[in-house]
Amino acid sequence: MNQTAIEDAKPIERNNSDDPLNDPNYKTVGEVTVPNAAMTTKNVDVYYGDKQAIYNVSLDVGKNEVLAMIGPSGCGKSTFLRCLNRMNDTIDICRIEGDIRLDGEDIYSRNMDVVLLRARVGMVFQKPNPFPKSVYDNVAYGVNLHGLSRSKSDLDDIVEDALKRAGLWDEVSDRLNQPGTGLSGGQQQRLCIARAIAISPEIILMDEPCSALDPIATAKIEELIDELSKHYSICIVTHSMQQAARVSQRTAYFHLGKLIEVGATDIIFTNPSHRLTEGYITGRFG
Amino acid sequence: MDQAALIRRGLTRRYRAEKRFKAYGITAIVSGVTFLVFLLGTTFLNGYTALLQTYIAVDITILDSDFDGDLSSASLSRGDYLGIIKRSLRETFPEATTRKEKAELYKLISSGAQYELLEKVVGNPEFVGHTSMFWLLADDEVDVYMKGRIDPAVPEKNRRLKDRSIAWIEQLRDQDRIKRNFNILFFTNGDSREPEQAGILGAVMGSVFTILVTMLLAFPIGVAAAIYLQEFARKNRFTDLIEVNINNLAAVPSIIFGLLGLAIFLNFFHLPRSVPLVGGMVLALMTLPTIIISSRAALAAVPPSIREAALGVGASPVQTVLHHVLPLAMPGMLTGTIIGLAQALGETAPLLVIGMVAFIVDIPSSPMDPGTALPVQIYLWADSPERAFVERTSAAIMTLLLFLVAVNGLIVLLRRKFERRW
Repeated sequence: MNQTAIEDAKPIERNNSDDPLNDPNYKTVGEVTVPNAAMTTKNVDVYYGDKQAIYNVSLDVGKNEVLAMIGPSGCGKSTFLRCLNRMNDTIDICRIEGDIRLDGEDIYSRNMDVVLLRARVGMVFQKPNPFPKSVYDNVAYGVNLHGLSRSKSDLDDIVEDALKRAGLWDEVSDRLNQPGTGLSGGQQQRLCIARAIAISPEIILMDEPCSALDPIATAKIEELIDELSKHYSICIVTHSMQQAARVSQRTAYFHLGKLIEVGATDIIFTNPSHRLTEGYITGRFG
Repeated sequence: MDQAALIRRGLTRRYRAEKRFKAYGITAIVSGVTFLVFLLGTTFLNGYTALLQTYIAVDITILDSDFDGDLSSASLSRGDYLGIIKRSLRETFPEATTRKEKAELYKLISSGAQYELLEKVVGNPEFVGHTSMFWLLADDEVDVYMKGRIDPAVPEKNRRLKDRSIAWIEQLRDQDRIKRNFNILFFTNGDSREPEQAGILGAVMGSVFTILVTMLLAFPIGVAAAIYLQEFARKNRFTDLIEVNINNLAAVPSIIFGLLGLAIFLNFFHLPRSVPLVGGMVLALMTLPTIIISSRAALAAVPPSIREAALGVGASPVQTVLHHVLPLAMPGMLTGTIIGLAQALGETAPLLVIGMVAFIVDIPSSPMDPGTALPVQIYLWADSPERAFVERTSAAIMTLLLFLVAVNGLIVLLRRKFERRW
């Protein structure tokens, strides 16, 4: 968006009394809960040191649904996503408050094993990050780690199945022993998806999975997300509103650390309730 | 003036600066290479002659009466071989009559020659009762003369080798009774007061054991410390303090580590003096900061996306480090180890303090045997007054350099093995 658009948008925000930026107890517009939730979050606050990055966000992820999170850069959608499988644990200064449950279990409780959690909540990152190992080893790594295969042939089957479901099998079946980093960007990202689904997680988190890919590779990934949603719940952070509109059933709009609005994707994109959501999807800022 | 002209005017100056900078670089490299060539050249020119050793052929008559009793090896090894050699020399040069002349004559042959003769006779008793020609190890002064490093034009009183000895040597040379062989003793003997018998093997073995101990201690401890500090330790005031101290330790003069070793390993734990074990431990302390710092840098250089990828599929932090981060950081860690070990290999000062400077003739066969190390041996020989030690000092320097290349080569091979090409 161009500079003028942003500057145009700001004065309106400041003059408005229901500006969520001024309201610490801002209540999200739309229905944050779903009847059939795979994951529930309530009143989540995230702090980096003294700086608060997420304010009081509650949001459920339904079973077999694709939930898209959109919003301008720095709005906290990636931070929120990374709370869902405790990837933020690796950041020393990061502190999380609130309640996040996977199938009713508090994932931040003492009893929750973070290794098990990450096996149940898989993740695909913004930049394709295959291990510097062969294609086969990339997919087999998680399976071996958790001891999910009974034999070598079993492992072969799991790897083949994961690569097929990631739509990569036809392209790599003859070079399983080649380095995974030698694939093209789109193939690498699908390899990372195959790696994530090989251990059969319940939820897959995707942090802007297509931002480094060209439109053709993006289209393939989007098709894949559609296919995967039959078996998994998917949370996807994206900067592309078209992508959110194409792949997701529900969309959540984040703004400066607050969850402004949640709703069915077609409603959000055609008839948003909140002024900020409308501003963002119509391209007035963001 | 338009903009293009303005830029063009500045261009000449910029290109000139570039050329000047290039010239500085080339000058630096050329002078560096010159110094290196000069250093290696003089070392080689001084040292290559140490690879040759002079031997003198003497007709030696061994009589039955030289041994009391039978010709069993016990009796043969009790014989007075020095006496036999002296007698044979007197027979060869009957002109030496006075005591002084005789003493000079005997000095042509190394004091170690009698042991060589003993071995030969015990090994083959048939020599007894016959006159046979033996090649005996010449004295170091003779050796130095044969290598052309004693100028006969110098007044006799300024030389250790007198005119009479030189005449004898020339006489032997005319009879083809003096020759230079490959100096095998230099590679099989320990240190000696007699240059012609002094060898490098004792120091080499001392260095091998020392560096082995250093490597076995410093590498695992250093890498483990680096992994903990870089990957697991929380960043707080305490770890900051540790980090600052590690950086400071890398700059501590090595002799301080020697004193530390003296105070702790020798005086407190009562470990033996002069042993490569203690030397290796002291050098490991000295090397640790280098290895920790470079290992941490290598770990920090591993892209975080790899860690996230591993954590994301459910690897525990330790598995993440062991399976993914460590293999990628290993080449960098080994580079740091090369630097550390090369430093340790050339270190003299801390070894002096813990007694590895002692004069030790025996070749150490374990890290618990007293020994010395190559740089200390160089220091000892460089300090010796005998002319023949000059070439041995240079030869020891060459040995040290070869040793260094060998150790580094080994680690480079290891690094190749770990380096991933994708």
